[in-house]
Amino acid sequence: MASSTRVTFPNKLLPYLLLAPQLAITAIFFYWPASQAIYQSVLREDPFGLSTQFVGLDNFRRVISDPNYVNSLQVTVIFSVATALIAMALALLLAVMADKVIRGKGIYRTLLIWPYAVAPAIAGMLWLFLFNPSMGTLAYLVRSAGYNWDPLLNGDQAMVLVVSAAAWKQISYNFLFFVAGLQSIPKSLIEAAAIDGAGETKRFWTIIFPLLAPTTFFLLVVNTVYAFFDTFGIIHAVTGGGPGKATETLVYKVYNDGFVNLILGDSAAQSVILMIIVIGLTAIQFRYVERKVHYG
Amino acid sequence: MANVELTNVRKVYGNSVEAVKGVNIAIEDGALCVLVGPSGCGKSTLLRMIAGLESITDGTVKIENAVVNNLGPAERDIAMVFQNYALYPHMKVYDNMAYGLRNRGMPKDQIDKRVREAAQTLELTHLLERRPKELSGGQRQRVAMGRAIVRNPKVFLFDEPLSNLDAKLRGQMRVEIKNLQRQLGVTSVYVTHDQLEAMTLADTLVVMNSGSVEQIGAPLDIYEKPASTFVASFIGAPPMNLVHVTADNTGLILKDGTHIGAEGLTVPTTGAVIGFRPEDLEVAAGHEKHIGGLQLDLKVLGVEPVGAESYVYGVVGGERVVVRVAGRSPSQTGDHLRVIIPKEKLHLFGADGKRIPPA
Amino acid sequence: MIQNNPIGRFIAHIILIIGIMIVAFPIYYTFVASTQSLQEIMRPPLSLLPGNHFWENYSAALFGGVGRIGGVGVDRLLFNTIVMALAIAVGKIAISILSAYAIVFFRFPGRMIFFWLIFITLMLPVEVRILPTYKVMVDLGLIDTYTGLTLPLMASATATLLFRQFFMTIPGELVEAARVDGAGPWRFFKDILLPLSKTNIAALFVILFIYGWTQYLWPLLMTNRNDMTTIVIGLRKMISFADADTEWHLVMVTCILAIVPPILVVMLMQRWFVRGLVETEK
Repeated sequence: MASSTRVTFPNKLLPYLLLAPQLAITAIFFYWPASQAIYQSVLREDPFGLSTQFVGLDNFRRVISDPNYVNSLQVTVIFSVATALIAMALALLLAVMADKVIRGKGIYRTLLIWPYAVAPAIAGMLWLFLFNPSMGTLAYLVRSAGYNWDPLLNGDQAMVLVVSAAAWKQISYNFLFFVAGLQSIPKSLIEAAAIDGAGETKRFWTIIFPLLAPTTFFLLVVNTVYAFFDTFGIIHAVTGGGPGKATETLVYKVYNDGFVNLILGDSAAQSVILMIIVIGLTAIQFRYVERKVHYG
Repeated sequence: MANVELTNVRKVYGNSVEAVKGVNIAIEDGALCVLVGPSGCGKSTLLRMIAGLESITDGTVKIENAVVNNLGPAERDIAMVFQNYALYPHMKVYDNMAYGLRNRGMPKDQIDKRVREAAQTLELTHLLERRPKELSGGQRQRVAMGRAIVRNPKVFLFDEPLSNLDAKLRGQMRVEIKNLQRQLGVTSVYVTHDQLEAMTLADTLVVMNSGSVEQIGAPLDIYEKPASTFVASFIGAPPMNLVHVTADNTGLILKDGTHIGAEGLTVPTTGAVIGFRPEDLEVAAGHEKHIGGLQLDLKVLGVEPVGAESYVYGVVGGERVVVRVAGRSPSQTGDHLRVIIPKEKLHLFGADGKRIPPA
Repeated sequence: MIQNNPIGRFIAHIILIIGIMIVAFPIYYTFVASTQSLQEIMRPPLSLLPGNHFWENYSAALFGGVGRIGGVGVDRLLFNTIVMALAIAVGKIAISILSAYAIVFFRFPGRMIFFWLIFITLMLPVEVRILPTYKVMVDLGLIDTYTGLTLPLMASATATLLFRQFFMTIPGELVEAARVDGAGPWRFFKDILLPLSKTNIAALFVILFIYGWTQYLWPLLMTNRNDMTTIVIGLRKMISFADADTEWHLVMVTCILAIVPPILVVMLMQRWFVRGLVETEK
């Protein structure tokens, strides 16, 4: 008859001391800047930085009606969807195959998880080395085949390049989760389906794939967050948002407007919009995880 | 060695849930006191209040005549054996037993001596270098005991220590715990929901129900003179049969309206409950009158032969009863039997469930 | 296995091998390039076998005085990156484990508020507060310091949540046993909680080391001086010059040097890493 409440220590002051380091860092480097971003998003500063005035939601209005912003929103959506789909589809294929083989599972896993350790920016550079029109061997092969390949000039090709690099880097992560997901499906279910006369392909689509749905959904959210935020390095290192603004994602634009072009109010408004997007994504993620984590 | 005394001990949880409602228990030095009751009766809470793991809302807990209410568990000089043993999974058996002594700053050689002695008593010597996960359930149980006895505390506290073992091992450990406690002579409080364990271990048995003490006494006294229908049905297996009756001037009336002779029982007008143990029934051979006994008609619902004895389940006056018969029972489902309870074996309880002593 | 289908398994092996080739090829290609001379690199297609400039290129990049980025050697960049990855991993683990300990094993006013304050930082990545954070760092004089590179990244909701979840699986009886054994909060933490958390700490260490090593936006913002930046940012600076001037063979070497340490960590601590990854995120 154990009591249901958590067993604890009676100290009163100690817990605050234990929490102090984390709370101090959080307050100074997270909450203060974040509140500043919100504050600045409703201010407008004159070009010389001499005076500021309250402008309400003007910055937001201007940002949203800016065709460049709409463009970067589109770019982000295309980039994220493509990255997530490619990275997940390839990872699922490999995980299903790895689940099937008997010998060499461990070796395959070892060799497939490398890219996780590679920084996104470097992943971008690796693909740039391969596809750089002046020296990349694969670029050379593509061009020898008669195709006019130049991702530094052609926006669509630049997009293909950054999506490839971003998806490549994410395959290992998705692979590990799909493998774990496949392992957690009870073998008896698959055996029952086999007895019910379902062939291998049918078993995959009617039993395995639906049962993987939680993993798939989770990865969809994680991959979207990844494509939104963690791929800044790829864009910055490989295309710099170009050519034109063909690969300028939302995060890249916040950085560029705030840090390079120094348009404070707009950048802050964009930050706040991004914040709302993150909150949405996190909420979705934790609605799903809720069943496993419980707060208390 | 020490006595333990609880005076008006109460426990109220935050939002006025009263888990323990004013309990008074005095345990003599060296005695083994068993707290028994169904889950949620407050017995574990009481034990944890003695341990100092739970704060005491009201009343006092004394160990060796000193109030310990405001002392932490480590300062009370008690040792506890937990239900899931609570062995430190990353420590070897030796370190599990030594940990409490080390925290008290005992010199190394003395710790070593104590641990080895305790290990010998419990036949754990060959296991000292193992980790808990390499031990069987029974061995873990022994280590948990060992951790308690090396401390040589004033009081042992046991929180359902055998409930995770299988039936056979439980019986064996029960005997060992009893012997060990005798041998060491350490005052002990033992919590269990198993009435058999309670009966066989206790010097003093405390039966608890929803936060209150129902009865305190020697196990056999409680068995023979249960203070309430609750105690009557909790102690003993199968439990005491309880049959509700009312009385008029002709005799007693059972629940389904059957009239039976009063046989000298004085039943209050508010009604009563007649109790009798399954083994105290006699099956009448014919229809002869038995002097000084209550005669009842029993319709057999089923018979369970379990070897040395058989249980006959049946209905009397619309209420279920069970009869224990030595050897095999000739009865069959559907039979009507005449059963007789000798008068001295009858228990009488008032409508409030409290025992009515024989006049 | 239901179907012991050798053909199906053979196809599976083929697909896995193709997968590995896709995954490994960019890294292999860069390694091959890092062993070629600049002239060979500039004349595609490149041979698929390593060239014979391995020692020449690697010693030039590491010790040669060439291959410097704005006057800073690769060794310095590697050192900075190692400092950053280690400090972030160790710092985050230390800070998170203390917070989780407070939240799970103590009851005190404001506990849930603090928990949510930590939790909400999940929703405030650097990307959504770039400029104001930069300003705070400038005001505190943390630009171009190791403190600036590492300290602000040490607060982590994810690690705190992971430890919290793990701590909640520790049976209450174990805490009680420790209290009966005379262990206070500090002894319990040191003697019981830390040893029990070993696996979790190891798993988290791998993930956080990679996290620290692969940071991009943060060191980009927090460092102006080349001698304080990381190898990833250094690489970016090397290739941002006009193509003609870039010493590509040394870029390739630097690239390999930037990739190999975290890959080694992942490979050597694979067991912890896989466990940690799947558990942190779930």
